[in-house]
Amino acid sequence: MFEIFGIPSNALFSQLLIGLINGSFYALLSLGLAVIFGMLNIINFSHGAQYMMGAFVAYLLLQYSGLNYWWALIVAPILVGLTGVLIERLLLQWLYKLDHLYGLLLTFGLALIIEGVFRNYFGASGLPYQVPDALRGGTNLGFMFLPNYRAWVIFISLVVCFGTWFVIERTKLGSNLRAATENPTLVRAFGINVPRMITLTYGFGVALAALAGVMAAPIYNVSPQMGADLIIVVFAVVVIGGMGSIMGAIVTGFGLGVVEGLTKVFFPEASNTVIFVIMAIVLLIRPAGLFGRGT
Amino acid sequence: MKRMLGLTALATILACSTAIAQQVTVKIGVLTDMSSLYTDLAGAGSVAAAKMAIADFTKDNPNVKVELISSDHQNKPDIGSGVASQWFDVDKVDMIIDTPNSGVALAVSQVTTTKNKVFVVSGAAASDLTGSKCNANTVHWTYDTWMLANGTGKAMVKTGGDTWFFLTADYAFGQALERDTSAVVEKNGGKVLGKVRHPLNTNDFSSFLLQAQASKAKVIGLANAGGDTINAIKAGAEFGIVAGGQKFAGLLVFASDVNALGLQTAQGLTLTETWYWDANDANRAWTKRWQTERPGKFPTMVQAGVYSGTLHYLKAVAAVKSAADGKEVVAKMKELPTDDALFGKGVVRADGRKTHDAFLFEVKKPAESKHPGDFYNLLATIPAEEAFRPIADGNCPLVKG
Repeated sequence: MFEIFGIPSNALFSQLLIGLINGSFYALLSLGLAVIFGMLNIINFSHGAQYMMGAFVAYLLLQYSGLNYWWALIVAPILVGLTGVLIERLLLQWLYKLDHLYGLLLTFGLALIIEGVFRNYFGASGLPYQVPDALRGGTNLGFMFLPNYRAWVIFISLVVCFGTWFVIERTKLGSNLRAATENPTLVRAFGINVPRMITLTYGFGVALAALAGVMAAPIYNVSPQMGADLIIVVFAVVVIGGMGSIMGAIVTGFGLGVVEGLTKVFFPEASNTVIFVIMAIVLLIRPAGLFGRGT
Repeated sequence: MKRMLGLTALATILACSTAIAQQVTVKIGVLTDMSSLYTDLAGAGSVAAAKMAIADFTKDNPNVKVELISSDHQNKPDIGSGVASQWFDVDKVDMIIDTPNSGVALAVSQVTTTKNKVFVVSGAAASDLTGSKCNANTVHWTYDTWMLANGTGKAMVKTGGDTWFFLTADYAFGQALERDTSAVVEKNGGKVLGKVRHPLNTNDFSSFLLQAQASKAKVIGLANAGGDTINAIKAGAEFGIVAGGQKFAGLLVFASDVNALGLQTAQGLTLTETWYWDANDANRAWTKRWQTERPGKFPTMVQAGVYSGTLHYLKAVAAVKSAADGKEVVAKMKELPTDDALFGKGVVRADGRKTHDAFLFEVKKPAESKHPGDFYNLLATIPAEEAFRPIADGNCPLVKG
């Protein structure tokens, strides 16, 4: 065993890995935000509440219809995504022509309402949700004990993130979508139903948040404020990556997870702050974010 | 003649009203957290408990008329003391009860003493309420930080847990709890091997737990509360902390937290409480009544303390025959021995500390749990005189004077 900056290498490697796991959540959540902002120009402040809804739907499915974790992984994002579709149709679609601020205020208000309703029905202290049997236990990597469930989280997150990136940046559907953001009128002239595409995009972004919520349910406390705690960090990730940049969201999500993990070893008191310090520095040097295209 | 008749009637009415002048009216306010992290351990459940105490008391004492109101302090000391002032001045409230969140409780305690009313604390933890910040209008009922540190800390060291590692919430409450527990551990021959101060509302504890694991300490002391404690224990189960032979000591864990964790995750956790709903028949009977208002939930020690505290306050008011003078009522509360179905016999000390037995519990394995809410095995009973801080050590001005 050797030491790096006075920290045993074993500890350092394990903290790097843990950082990567947390980074998976940041990446998944900031990905949804980036998709929504990139395509709809809406700053979706209710993302945290939608992440929380994903975790609660997983709990409710197990409790009332006996559908286990694996079902929840598919059903919860669809159900929560549908609420997203409803929100877009009823409320958000009227705001596209206005300043970003209106979308932000609307979704912020929605987040408060959703959290309040859940708190009213389920209380504040949280609900139990167990790790699925197939993913219990863990593997000894030599330098640390890696729970199987955390390995699963990294795996799924990588698949979903790069799948989304591929669809948006490399397929026909993605190019239509990007074109629709640039010039909706022209794209409509080609016979593409732009409003429907936008609605589905919002639904998809929300579904990503719900998916992250289901994945978080076995390891974090399932409570109405679980999203509110996380969403601020995720916004910082999106800002650092560059608003609306898909690849930026993914890379900074994982990267900042690692930075935060290292901070927890060297100076734990600052682990909640370090991301915001980085955000401030990035905004000073590159206001459009690391991967943003300056306008 | 007609005039004479009228006067007689008036005289009769006056005579009657002096006959029922024994009638005492009292107004009680439950000031609690209705919307945030402490709602489940106090909140509407505390209001239900206060209602039960009032019903039980007025059944035997029909001459005392009790009104009950409640409000949400939103965990903000300024809102809490604002509500308290308004209650005392405008709404003519005589006593405030519950008030989880030590910051709010300390503020309300100040307001109460300036207005000479009564404050019975059940939900807040800070032992300062009967220590350096004590006053003649405040009674601290259910538990406090000293008792938690002493109960869990001492018992763990005595049963072989002599090396400790702390996960501490990085603010006043967590640091105080860590300081008190470290003192207890070292006094009993244990050693503190290390600690991590984590920010409040930390989502992921795996990184800190690996540090705790690397320290090889036998006990991981959780000097935090609510969601932080739950997240730490959840991650601990996943990373095989308990399976690897280390033990968690929950320094502030309520039955509602155990419920949120589920027994699968919480099993083996050691904690101290002063009341547990499933401990005896009297508690179970009381819980059954309480559940008619709070179906599907299990009462916490804080809610039981609200019942017990309200009852004793009303006894003191009936003995004084007036709720007007807060100091006088509190003096009577200290003079009368306490006795109720939930906490048994006890006393309110000169510094305002109510003492009773405390219990060291271990969370059951899922297989041992026979019915919903069957959470704990009793490890030890800590007698009242040992459970709370000795009166001389608190530096309460009321005691010196």
